[in-house]
Amino acid sequence: MSFKIIVLAKQVPDTRNVGKDAMKEDGTVNRAALPAIFNPEDLNALEMALHIKDNIKDATITIITMGPSRAAEIVRESMYRGADGGVVVSDRKVAGSDTLATSYTISQAVKKLGKFDLVIAGRQAIDGDTAQVGPQTAEKLECPQITYAEEVIKVDEKKIQIKRRLENGVEVVESKYPCLITVHGSAKECRARNAKFLMKFKKAKSNSELQELGQDYSALWNEKPYLKIDEWSAADIMAEDGRLGLTGSPTKVKKIENVVLTQKESKILTPKDEDINDLMKELISSHILG
Amino acid sequence: MNNVFVYCEVTEERLIADVSLELVSKGRKLADELGVKLEAIVCGDQIKDIESILYPFGVDIINYAKDSRLFPYQTLPHFSIVTKLFQEKKPEIALFGATSVGRDLAPRIASFLRTGLTADCTTLEIGNHTENKTGKEYKNLLYQIRPAFGGNIIATIINPDCRPQMATVREGVMKKETLSGNHKGVINFLKVEDYTKNDDFCLKIIERHIEEQKINIKGAQIIVCGGYGMGSKEGFKLVHELADVIQGEVGGTRAASDAGMTEHERQIGQTGVTVRPKLYIACGVSGAVQHRVGMQDSSKIISINTDPNAPINKIADYTIIGDVLEVLPKMIKYYKSNTK
Repeated sequence: MSFKIIVLAKQVPDTRNVGKDAMKEDGTVNRAALPAIFNPEDLNALEMALHIKDNIKDATITIITMGPSRAAEIVRESMYRGADGGVVVSDRKVAGSDTLATSYTISQAVKKLGKFDLVIAGRQAIDGDTAQVGPQTAEKLECPQITYAEEVIKVDEKKIQIKRRLENGVEVVESKYPCLITVHGSAKECRARNAKFLMKFKKAKSNSELQELGQDYSALWNEKPYLKIDEWSAADIMAEDGRLGLTGSPTKVKKIENVVLTQKESKILTPKDEDINDLMKELISSHILG
Repeated sequence: MNNVFVYCEVTEERLIADVSLELVSKGRKLADELGVKLEAIVCGDQIKDIESILYPFGVDIINYAKDSRLFPYQTLPHFSIVTKLFQEKKPEIALFGATSVGRDLAPRIASFLRTGLTADCTTLEIGNHTENKTGKEYKNLLYQIRPAFGGNIIATIINPDCRPQMATVREGVMKKETLSGNHKGVINFLKVEDYTKNDDFCLKIIERHIEEQKINIKGAQIIVCGGYGMGSKEGFKLVHELADVIQGEVGGTRAASDAGMTEHERQIGQTGVTVRPKLYIACGVSGAVQHRVGMQDSSKIISINTDPNAPINKIADYTIIGDVLEVLPKMIKYYKSNTK
């Protein structure tokens, strides 16, 4: 029996490398200027899964990602690094999901994949930072969770030992399977693409991608089924509509305010010596410094 | 209306954690506004002075699950206890620290109860709401206010239809304030075997090393904070140098720590630490709202920035328009030669 690992990954706007044009004049994010990237901690999660696969015979890794059809890029990128396959959960009905609706959708997709040993996800996505979807998915799958994982200490077919990175220390815990792990950014970085996998999976595509390209893969998929990136709709994962998207999200945005900063009475200084010296002198004489 | 609940974390020293006392202080105010009681939930064993610590903060009922197996924290037993208690008592509001414990526990509970949870709130208020489409009116909802992704935006999140209304808050965001030394409550011991299953203890803790935090910027009176504008790890050293000289602590922005210029433990802002020092020197910090919510209550703010329009300048008492790499050495030099 093979050992089944599922990795949850998300495509996110790159909020870390904000350049000058990242903000529009009205103070909102210029999404067009932010490239879509593999959520960083999900890459740490993928590496942990690959490490486990290296240590357990017959282990397989399947990626689940939720998002628009271009999120197939995440599955392909994972395959280049050693994942066996993956699926994009894509449906207009899931738009506007909060973390509860997201975890419901993802858990339905996990259930469709059948029995699993491990689900591994990044701790949080950089576009929300909530770290909620992992534990919520674990609850819906009714399995134990190990959050903030930094390192696999020991792993075999029966159990896994994980070092957790907490605010002020570390903890090593042991769990049997099935179990869900969320991986901290301090874990090992993901390995690079592998040339052999790159060649093998370069042509892997989803149906929507092919439609956009106007290509037909039916013959190719018959011959090489691993080149098909599955796309599942809400109906495919047997999701109840009432638990998806905006309808399935108990949290609502009541209002969004642009913060208008009223100028404080601020002294403007130049970097000239006398300005800086005067400021320092004032701070010292008023006992704020020293 | 039902009560307000705060999940209280227990420290290595078997005390109620500061973040929980801050939340209890806030919870008291929310409960007063709603005219309800404030309840605490504590899971653990040998917790010191649990009653004499919590009552002065205005706690009316302490729900105490006392069992040696409940310390240190583990997800499943704490999850079972809190969810079962919530199913019985149906809280109006439930607050958790946005710590490695609260962020592990609260989402699992919210998922089970199918209710909403807002992470890292910076303000909690009570307010009303009218649904636009239906005209339905809601009284006394919890406004869960937090900066939203995308620049200078503050979002007010509500959870009109599900209970409890759940939120997590970082340490240092709310103020720890006692109500009265004379306030008294009652303690309600929970029979742990009625609230947990044997399976809940399936995870084995092999070892733990918990240390005192080495970096402690929360209580610092002087903070020198470096932003992305420091340019590099090398440039960031100047921030350390100034902080050393004027006996302050070093902070960083999210951008600076993500870029590897400084440790994540030093990150100030919504997803980092909230600080209120006497003096805050922002070096090459643009001042996104996520950063400002973590430092805007500082008594005096100095901003050093090449961009005269950086948002941080608007909340600064002094703005030096110039290159940090040029300005910081001048500050260091003056201080060194004019103090003992």
